[in-house]
Amino acid sequence: MSRQYTVQLILVTLGGIITYLAYEELIGLYTLSVLMFMGVNIIMSTSLNLVNGNMGEFSCGHAGFMCVGAYVSSLLGVLLFSKDKIFGPPLLNPDLAIFLFPLVIIVGGIAAAVAGLLVALPSYKTRGDYLAIITLAANYIIISGIENLSVIGGSRGFMGMKKVINAMEDIIYLPWMVIWVFVFTVGTVWVLRRYTSSTFGKGVSAICQDEVAAEIMSVNTNKMKTITFMLSSGLAGIAGGLFAYIIGYVNPGSFNILKSTEALVMVYLGGMGSLSGAILSAILFTVLLELLRPLQIIKWVVIPLVLIVLMQFRPEGIMGHRELSDFFPRLKRFYKFK
Amino acid sequence: MQTQTTASMPVLEIRKMTQRFGGLVAVSEFSIALGRNQLTGLIGPNGAGKTTVFNLISGFYQPSEGEILINGTITAGLKPHKVTSLGVARTFQNIRLWNQMSVLDNIRVAQHGSLDYGFFGAMFRTRKYLDCEAKIEKEARELLEIFELDKQADELPTNLAYGLQRKLEIVRALSAKPQLLLLDEPAAGLSSVDAQELIRLIHWIHETFDVTILLIEHHMDVVMELCSDIKVIDFGQTIAEGTPEIIRNHPAVISAYLGDDTI
Amino acid sequence: MLATTIQNIINALQWGSFYALIALGYTMVYGVLTLINFAHGDIFMVGAYIAFFVATFILSQLGLPGWAALAMTIPLTMILTSIVGVSLERIAYRPLRRKGAHRLYVVITALMCGLILEHGNLAFLGASRKAFPALITEHVYTIGGVTFTNLKVAVIITAILSFFILHWIVTRTKVGMAMRAISYDKFAVPLMGIPIDSIIVITFALGSAFAGLAGILFAMSYPVLEPYMGALIGWKAFIAAVVGGIGDIRGAFLGGFLLGAVEIMVVAFFPSTYRDLISFSVLLVILSLKPTGLFGIAKTTKI
Repeated sequence: MSRQYTVQLILVTLGGIITYLAYEELIGLYTLSVLMFMGVNIIMSTSLNLVNGNMGEFSCGHAGFMCVGAYVSSLLGVLLFSKDKIFGPPLLNPDLAIFLFPLVIIVGGIAAAVAGLLVALPSYKTRGDYLAIITLAANYIIISGIENLSVIGGSRGFMGMKKVINAMEDIIYLPWMVIWVFVFTVGTVWVLRRYTSSTFGKGVSAICQDEVAAEIMSVNTNKMKTITFMLSSGLAGIAGGLFAYIIGYVNPGSFNILKSTEALVMVYLGGMGSLSGAILSAILFTVLLELLRPLQIIKWVVIPLVLIVLMQFRPEGIMGHRELSDFFPRLKRFYKFK
Repeated sequence: MQTQTTASMPVLEIRKMTQRFGGLVAVSEFSIALGRNQLTGLIGPNGAGKTTVFNLISGFYQPSEGEILINGTITAGLKPHKVTSLGVARTFQNIRLWNQMSVLDNIRVAQHGSLDYGFFGAMFRTRKYLDCEAKIEKEARELLEIFELDKQADELPTNLAYGLQRKLEIVRALSAKPQLLLLDEPAAGLSSVDAQELIRLIHWIHETFDVTILLIEHHMDVVMELCSDIKVIDFGQTIAEGTPEIIRNHPAVISAYLGDDTI
Repeated sequence: MLATTIQNIINALQWGSFYALIALGYTMVYGVLTLINFAHGDIFMVGAYIAFFVATFILSQLGLPGWAALAMTIPLTMILTSIVGVSLERIAYRPLRRKGAHRLYVVITALMCGLILEHGNLAFLGASRKAFPALITEHVYTIGGVTFTNLKVAVIITAILSFFILHWIVTRTKVGMAMRAISYDKFAVPLMGIPIDSIIVITFALGSAFAGLAGILFAMSYPVLEPYMGALIGWKAFIAAVVGGIGDIRGAFLGGFLLGAVEIMVVAFFPSTYRDLISFSVLLVILSLKPTGLFGIAKTTKI
């Protein structure tokens, strides 16, 4: 009984500690923002891992869905809770922001999931590298579409999300962003694990390993593909929403192919189809990115170089197909990743 | 989804099915009616169109002409997973197991069509989800035990011996509780000892599970020993059908297999 | 009306020539290795920079006239660029292939190589843009309202010639036969005594050389070089190759011109910021209708 709840207990304690430290300002804003980006990156890599690892497709436009989520939740939040040049006075009492903020983020996720149909529908007929191109094109279409919407700032971007956060902090002073990033990160891993460990979700791995056998052994492959793509892009949308509120500013340029590449790197560095691998590599990657920040532009020479060398030594990624609990069997008593 | 099966209605009925690929006629006016609990063999030389017949029945191809009825339901336009839910399961000529999933999971996923929970059931672990998963796991383990694969339940299929992989594929097909089981060359690649064991296994499955079996096989002895009824096709045409004795002495069959000596 | 149409066609052909030349390299490597060489766009950029250095060197140090400099720049750039391409294959891709890594790990490595080329360039040459020297004097001709320059015509002719040369190599020579054989069956080819690694190196060399050629032509047509010039055009050329049917050089060529035409058409009728949006949407529609591209052969699943 006690073991069953160990992980939950650890997570609540961890969340509590981080919140407390942030509240008392014992950790600096910089460290805090690194921690929050770590959360966003975990959501990005685990959600992309669902498509690229578990389902075996090669989606390389994940940042596009992040972009949809970021814009929808930013616009919605600003529209509802803050005074804005474009949207005028807030539609709702800003005091409500404190309750409705997670909903705003989730709506962003749902919008991104709908955008995921852009990729899901062609995936019925198209596979492999041809589908990869469709995801790439989807990324460009989304970014380019937003760049041409001058109402919401076009390529200059959109801001005002800080006011929403301020409205929340005015009611109860808590590091709200830290809390929500933590909750959504844990939630993402929870959703993905429940999905992939159910018989229903294992249909996804069956599609990856032998699509013909899956279809003939009663897996509705088109339905599973749709659900999987929508779930993956929806979670990316949540990551995008959080990202926008952490920074307080969004512009389409920050969700270009480079961002998608980061997500890809995290997935393949972690090991295809490994949930714990995706989490670990997201943490590693965020830390690496921050450690190398002083190098400025050379950072983007060193990081790819490090990754190339890493892949030469571990051509299956850090975890390969396995999970943390396969390396440390004692962990299974507390938590199974699959 | 399941249709009521009456005693008189054939489990599988095919009426004048033809399949063309471009100019090639792979199967021509193929007809068959299989009653409950029948064990029928489908034989013919290489490239005769046997596997095409299976692909048509399981919905992987749509026939150019003719129709297929499973328990009285016409399968035209149904996707393979829908056909499977009508009570058809099959194995493949080249083993198609999910190789990165445990043996147990291979059986579990084969229940995909009969899951009574969906995405949100899996998310919130509803009562329905828990009951369904428990039932699937229990039945899968029981089935593995019956077929003496329970010790390998957590192994990956690639770690099993070839004969066991063949067996696992049959078990996976059976686990979907089909009324019609299509076996595509189950003895391919097996040694004669293993093939003998397989014959006993199929015989036993046929007697125990109340299932209609249609069997493609190259090994003549396997077919002759197992099947009460045999259908022979060559170049897509049905050239003979009947009991093993009739087939054994049928001139068209002999010439198809051994070549025509009246050139 | 007719004049504008012809004008647009000429512009589309010239613009498509760049895509076609880059797409050829993508498609050849893909045909042989089923590897999406995501660094290829940046090899095009490297080609343009190499051309810049070679041309400036020849002009300033040797004091040769422009046409002579061009005549020397083209082969030198093509050779040097192909050396860069082959080095990537030898240093980064081949060891990974040897270790039996999943195909996509090689793709990720290619992505990383592209990043290194881009940012390495930015770090070591600085963010200032380079102005490409004028090697030939540009003449503007106007015939019946249609304006074109000698450079534009040269670009189009070079692209078409390149296609015929590559098509000849792939369909008529022993090396080309080996390339096609590898794309059919990677396992049988070494058994037939074909040195698979040399063929792969030749493929990379050819693809990169033509990317270098595209680099020179691009630098001459739009004489401002910057490190990110290869990224977007490279991605687009890849998409062009896929729309044509990746692995088929006719497809790459056609796809390149198609993309060029779509983009010129969009710019002719809409604000130019809509270019990417509309051209990518068109490509998405084409791929949805013909999932394996225009020349691609649908793979049948054998059961």
